[in-house]
Amino acid sequence: MQVARVVGTVVCAHKDERLSGVTLLVIQPLAKDGTPFGRTLVACDAAGAGVGEEVFFVRGAEASFPFAPRIVPTDASIVGIVDSVYT
Amino acid sequence: MQIATVVGTVVATKKHAALEGAKLLLVQPQTPEGEARGPVLLTIDSVGAGVGELVLVVIEGKAAGDALGRRGAPVDAAIIGIIDRVDDTMFVDPATTVDAA
Repeated sequence: MQVARVVGTVVCAHKDERLSGVTLLVIQPLAKDGTPFGRTLVACDAAGAGVGEEVFFVRGAEASFPFAPRIVPTDASIVGIVDSVYT
Repeated sequence: MQIATVVGTVVATKKHAALEGAKLLLVQPQTPEGEARGPVLLTIDSVGAGVGELVLVVIEGKAAGDALGRRGAPVDAAIIGIIDRVDDTMFVDPATTVDAA
């Protein structure tokens, strides 16, 4: 999993029907000090996050697990909202 | 998932049996601001996208197989949506972004 900031939303009317009702958010992964690190990507929201919030997300086949038993074709999902980070 | 633009089509008569009937499209991944980023990818289209359209692409084997509706198909990227618009984008300064790997 990785920490990221939600930087935008994606509107997709015509999509795989298993994605209907799923919020799509643009996220920017963050480094330890909170600065942008790596490429932005689009993730499915399983935590109720919004633009500007710091979240953590999971990549890979596990990204569809939060939506079980639905099979959602996704490679990244937001699974938590970060309250604070101590390093 | 990545935001990408469809830039071409690929025709392949001889291919793996699990790819029979699949539509193959070339896509160029891009930033939310519209700047091309990284190499062009070959994807399976499951939503009926066309050249020039902005699409949402999954780059992961299981998700791509699910999109195609065939578990275990030898695919690693699929188009799963046609993007109408990208909203509320907070500006991310490329100068302060460290490129991972």
